Amino acid sequence: MRGISSLLLAALLLAAPVAAQTVAPSPAMPTERPNPGASDVQSAAPGVGESRGDGQPARQNPEAANPERATGAAPGPVPQQATPTPTAPIPAPPPMTARGPSAEELELQRALQGGRIEGRVTIPNQSAGILVQPEGRSWRQFHNVTLTWVGGIAVGGMLLLLVAFFLLRGRMAMTEGRSGRTIQRFNALERANHWMVASSFIVLGLSGLNITFGRYLLLPLIGPEAFYLVSQYGKIAHNFLAFPFTLGLIVMLLLWVRDNIPDRTDVDWFKSFGGFFGGAHPQAGRFNAGQKVVFWITVLGGGLVAASGYFLIFPFWGPLDVNDMQLAHIVHSVLSVLMIAAMLAHIYIGSIGMEGAYDAMGSGQVDLNWAREHHGLWVDQEMAKAREVVAPAGARPAGD
Amino acid sequence: MARLKFLCDADRCIECNACVTACKNEHEVPWGINRRRVVTINDGKPGERSISMACMHCTDAPCAAVCPTNCFYFTADHLVLHDKDTCIGCGYCFYACPFGAPQYPRVGNFGGRGKMDKCTYCAGGPQQDNSAVEYIQYGSNRIAEGKLPLCAEMCSTKALLAGDGEIIAQIYRERVQRRGYGSGAWGWRTAYRETVNV
Repeated sequence: MRGISSLLLAALLLAAPVAAQTVAPSPAMPTERPNPGASDVQSAAPGVGESRGDGQPARQNPEAANPERATGAAPGPVPQQATPTPTAPIPAPPPMTARGPSAEELELQRALQGGRIEGRVTIPNQSAGILVQPEGRSWRQFHNVTLTWVGGIAVGGMLLLLVAFFLLRGRMAMTEGRSGRTIQRFNALERANHWMVASSFIVLGLSGLNITFGRYLLLPLIGPEAFYLVSQYGKIAHNFLAFPFTLGLIVMLLLWVRDNIPDRTDVDWFKSFGGFFGGAHPQAGRFNAGQKVVFWITVLGGGLVAASGYFLIFPFWGPLDVNDMQLAHIVHSVLSVLMIAAMLAHIYIGSIGMEGAYDAMGSGQVDLNWAREHHGLWVDQEMAKAREVVAPAGARPAGD
Repeated sequence: MARLKFLCDADRCIECNACVTACKNEHEVPWGINRRRVVTINDGKPGERSISMACMHCTDAPCAAVCPTNCFYFTADHLVLHDKDTCIGCGYCFYACPFGAPQYPRVGNFGGRGKMDKCTYCAGGPQQDNSAVEYIQYGSNRIAEGKLPLCAEMCSTKALLAGDGEIIAQIYRERVQRRGYGSGAWGWRTAYRETVNV
């Protein structure tokens, strides 16, 4: 390839002098002007082959004017040029007012675009290179207005709903009363893990609510010193309890994901509103559709809350800058208040809302009637399993 | 009462970083924190400018608006100061501040945030003026001694101006009229919702 191209180049170079000799006007014949518009006399370099209009002949391309060079012989004497080519005047520098951006304009422009003004700093803290970040204003709006409303409606609204539901429906009793016989619903590991997640969540939730609403609700009540202590220890607890909470979520996922895959029974459960408003109890396996929703809210929502929270515990982790931390805070806080609302409902139904429900996470032993009522399919499975242990498949009654 | 402000004349700032150093030395600012820094925009390109930036002591201060413990307060000269005794180091003021002024020493767990530190306009904090406690927490209190912030006082090109907003704006205006150019007062639109009209 290289050889072919060099051959072609040599052929072109050899052909060029011939063309120059035959077509291009020689300097010896100044009166015979070529037609500058004709394509066969136009030079490769624009402006070189044309007359400058001062009576001088058009300058030739030196390569074309010296055919000897192409053959490798020493170049002949180049004709002396009369005057150097005048160059275009160097444009005057722009006036100082037009140099670079004006502060007012740049700030206004960036603020409107939501972009930031950045530069270089010579100190080690490279994040200080952000001169102005207008996103802070949006975050302030989110924190002071949006989050207050979303959190207030979610948490306060859920509390009101639960109170209203309790007043209307009262405590949901077992329809057949207690049977006196119990069945193991959650073993020690499951309960211990549940309470690790639950207790961390309660402290995390309360300290989180304090940092969002405490300034308006708690600070006027207890004064700045006491409020500082509550908030300071709340922050430390919030940071530390993130770890058992996350660990508990992982264990929870491993323990219960098998029984929380949505299936056909969940459709019926939703159709009859879980039996909350009277009517027959829909059949359910180990977890009914409502519990599955709580499970996935906890695992997925809690996972996202935990992940975004770690970005906030470790400032400037990895490539994150201030705007990423603002985003992490938005995700963290919105999901958190929604989770708090969901968990309030979970706490209600697991404690005062339903007779016999608390035993599942208390002693782990639930009344058989309660279990049949709410998790009939699961009880059947457990009974079948128990029978397997007592009488393995293929075993025949004695004397058969 | 005066309305104390900062104004950085970016056409004069030569990025010598003396304001940064003077501030760190005057207040014995903790390791890793620079209350003031010099940012160079368009570095190496036409229109390069250096701006010395610290807390601008905003009119509608975002830090004070978002603080969960309400630890900020305003002096009679409208300086935005904070009480380190009620700061919990949550980081919210840093998220909200347009100028990146609040910073946190890495004293918390996992290198987390300690109590927030920022430019005090050399006015200390809520402690007794020029007491040892105030110096340890906030640095020296030059305002109480009748002096202006050190960064502006020792600026070699007088690019950084500190003082009453009306007066420093007038100084800047006269400069711009005399020399015929000026890129404006950096941060003023964001901090004070106004600009210096020449």
